[in-house]
Amino acid sequence: MTIALETRGLEKSFGGLRATRDLSLKVMQGARHALIGPNGAGKTTVINQLTGVLAPNRGRILLEGSDITGLAVHKRVLRGLSRTFQINQLYADLTPLETIGLAVSERMGRGGDWWRRMGTRSDVNAEIAEILSRFHLLDVMTELTSTLPYGKQRLLEIAVAIAARPRVLLLDEPAAGVPESERHDILAAVAALPRDVTVLLIEHDMDLVFSFADRISVLVNGGLLTEGAPDEVARDPQVRAVYLGEAADA
Amino acid sequence: MTALSDVSTHAMASARWRISEVAFWVLALACAFLFPSRYLIMTDIVRLGLFALSLDLILGYAGIVSLGHAAFFGVGAYSAGLLALHGIINEPVIALVAAGLVAAVLGFLTSFLVIRGVDLTRLMVTLGIALLLEALAERFSDITGGTDGLQGIEMQPILGLFAFDMFGKTGLFYSLIVLFILFLFARRVVHSPFGLSLRAIRNNPLRAAAIGIPVNRRLIAVYALAAFYAGIAGALFTQTTALASLDVFSFERSADLMLVLVIGGTGYLYGGLIGAVVFKMLQELFQSITPQYWLFWIGLVLVVIVMVGRARIHRWVLFVPNLIIRQFAGRRAAVAMPEGDAP
Repeated sequence: MTIALETRGLEKSFGGLRATRDLSLKVMQGARHALIGPNGAGKTTVINQLTGVLAPNRGRILLEGSDITGLAVHKRVLRGLSRTFQINQLYADLTPLETIGLAVSERMGRGGDWWRRMGTRSDVNAEIAEILSRFHLLDVMTELTSTLPYGKQRLLEIAVAIAARPRVLLLDEPAAGVPESERHDILAAVAALPRDVTVLLIEHDMDLVFSFADRISVLVNGGLLTEGAPDEVARDPQVRAVYLGEAADA
Repeated sequence: MTALSDVSTHAMASARWRISEVAFWVLALACAFLFPSRYLIMTDIVRLGLFALSLDLILGYAGIVSLGHAAFFGVGAYSAGLLALHGIINEPVIALVAAGLVAAVLGFLTSFLVIRGVDLTRLMVTLGIALLLEALAERFSDITGGTDGLQGIEMQPILGLFAFDMFGKTGLFYSLIVLFILFLFARRVVHSPFGLSLRAIRNNPLRAAAIGIPVNRRLIAVYALAAFYAGIAGALFTQTTALASLDVFSFERSADLMLVLVIGGTGYLYGGLIGAVVFKMLQELFQSITPQYWLFWIGLVLVVIVMVGRARIHRWVLFVPNLIIRQFAGRRAAVAMPEGDAP
């Protein structure tokens, strides 16, 4: 099996705090890989380095074998690495239609077109329609994003990432803050992600992790504690001590 | 309706011409014919409107604040003046485009300073660049005429056909046509994927980059485009007044422009035009009441706008026109929408 995403000896410090310690991670093609760890373990720092928001102090990041460590954020997206955010990062003044339309246009290399009006390319429209219907957003597509219910915004957050048609998708706590009544839609959307998309899930919610992941890496204090299949990780006494024990207390 | 046809209809909806827009331009043209004694002030308004449209492109769409937009206005003004004075390009339309391009080049070069940093940095950098240019224009007085400005500019007929007359009639129609053409172009651009990506960047640069938008490149492009527009506005100023002096770079010019957009609103293209009309009319009104203290009244109006909220004022102003239109055209018709309600 080929490796979709890999880090080698990743290091990141903020002042005296070592947020990422010598992290070497391999995510296999087509995997449903979860990265878990207690609060402050450095999960989001890892994501930010993978996507290019933060530059690591040391180490390398490889996407499908090629080094992307120094690549700008938008270029990684065009290479097939896309993400969702733990806290919604959407366009408040744009509609879901415009949001998805923009993402699709950019992916097709049409985002810089300044002469052609939106909505005049039928291939773009077809894909917008497909994505909006897949994420149950057709009925609200002309409403401003800021006015949508939180669950819909959360779906849009995932839909935007998918519109970039990634080969590797980073899901940063997709169900965070979603009320119980709308949770099902999110979980269904996550479960229905195309199998050929490699997914790295960063999650707090153990139910979601164990129902979704086929491989789990446990991050503690910025370093890798252990890694393995879900049942191995669940049995690991170290993990139970630092992580599951804590979760059980909470 | 299928999802696809639904999507394409809605995707194109925002770019469709509304009746209110057509009415706006018909009204503008009608004014040009109805008030032959007011050509000069109307030309002034058109120029300011074009200048404000330029700032709206970067402020309203890309979210770049500027306190030094007069830099490009000034460069356009002096370029047009020098081209005409030395007989380099005699035909006004070609000279106009050339002056705009000079401003665009300056916009491109300075954009690298402006796109870095946050709002406050941008305010200071843009302000600094305008002050710098003003000082340079004063220093190199052998080229610019220093504090006297460029003297003895003689404008040739437009396209070799329409001579500038002393009443300013040619100047007004010329400015109006230039404004309309550039407006159409801007309208096209803001409804394109490029234009939408600017709004995405203003809304959330983090996410914009995360869907593959090259944020910096887009900002550089729109900044240069806005500089082109401002340069054209400046060149129009020189061509219609046969004058270019240091005050084209002045801080007041940049600051007034902000006021125009505060009055008219940003991000729907008409804000600069409506703002320019209101601003100039207020200026005229207050100057005729109290020649010395008109700035006091402008200041008061500003405070009121900010406190009451522009959207609310727009709704009050449009209440009567909308009422009349609805009598004729049914409940759902509206002559104009306040900017907040416009899609």
